[in-house]
Amino acid sequence: MEIFEDSLIVKLKGELDHHAAEEIRKKIDNYYLANDLVNIILELSELTFMDSSGIGLIMGRYKITSENKGELILVCERESIKKILNMSGLLKMVKLYPRLDLAITNN
Amino acid sequence: MENYMKLEFLSKSKNESFSRVVVAAFASQLDPTLEELSDIKTAVSEAVTNAIIHGYEYGEGLITIEASIRENEIEIIVKDSGKGIENIEEAMEPFYTSKPNLERSGMGFTVMETFMDSLVVESKKGEGTVVKMTKQIKKVSDKER
Repeated sequence: MEIFEDSLIVKLKGELDHHAAEEIRKKIDNYYLANDLVNIILELSELTFMDSSGIGLIMGRYKITSENKGELILVCERESIKKILNMSGLLKMVKLYPRLDLAITNN
Repeated sequence: MENYMKLEFLSKSKNESFSRVVVAAFASQLDPTLEELSDIKTAVSEAVTNAIIHGYEYGEGLITIEASIRENEIEIIVKDSGKGIENIEEAMEPFYTSKPNLERSGMGFTVMETFMDSLVVESKKGEGTVVKMTKQIKKVSDKER
């Protein structure tokens, strides 16, 4: 996790399922709230697996950033992750960029 | 039936990962693409997660996964003896969740339906739930590689 201006950048690695989601959620929220941040950028390109628990995690962070008048932004290039993002309908509400630098320069 | 396997494990969330990997490894004899393999893993993960969070909400129990292969099709059956689903139709609606406070997306059955070719859910209150899914793996000659 790192901070860029008022945004929290989170790079997720490995597998994001129900088992992993709980701890990741706590870490993100603690860091976000403790540092008084506004936006969250979730980088998903290095995830090797994600199921609907990941969708739940993303929806929850969307809610938190909205409540703080911020934005949640996704970064992902991996097709298998993009497939489930697409079917979830999340991308109607959340911006997706293929690379982190693009997410930063466009926001 | 050309091949068959059965796996039984305790409904601990740390078993989600290994159980979907076992089914994917079994499915790999059909020579699936990476996308097909990822679809299977995701669908199994959804079914197992449902059994853990919903079926065994009030205490741990056993989850069974059976997989069988016939020609180019894999059938996967995920079974629990948990509390069961009262209203299957409602549970299968996209975005329906009985646990919004846990940040569940309510997409589990929708993912299974989308990523597999068929999905049948049977459940009895107090007795458990059976999720049956099949997927055809395209033959190598039909695939663009």
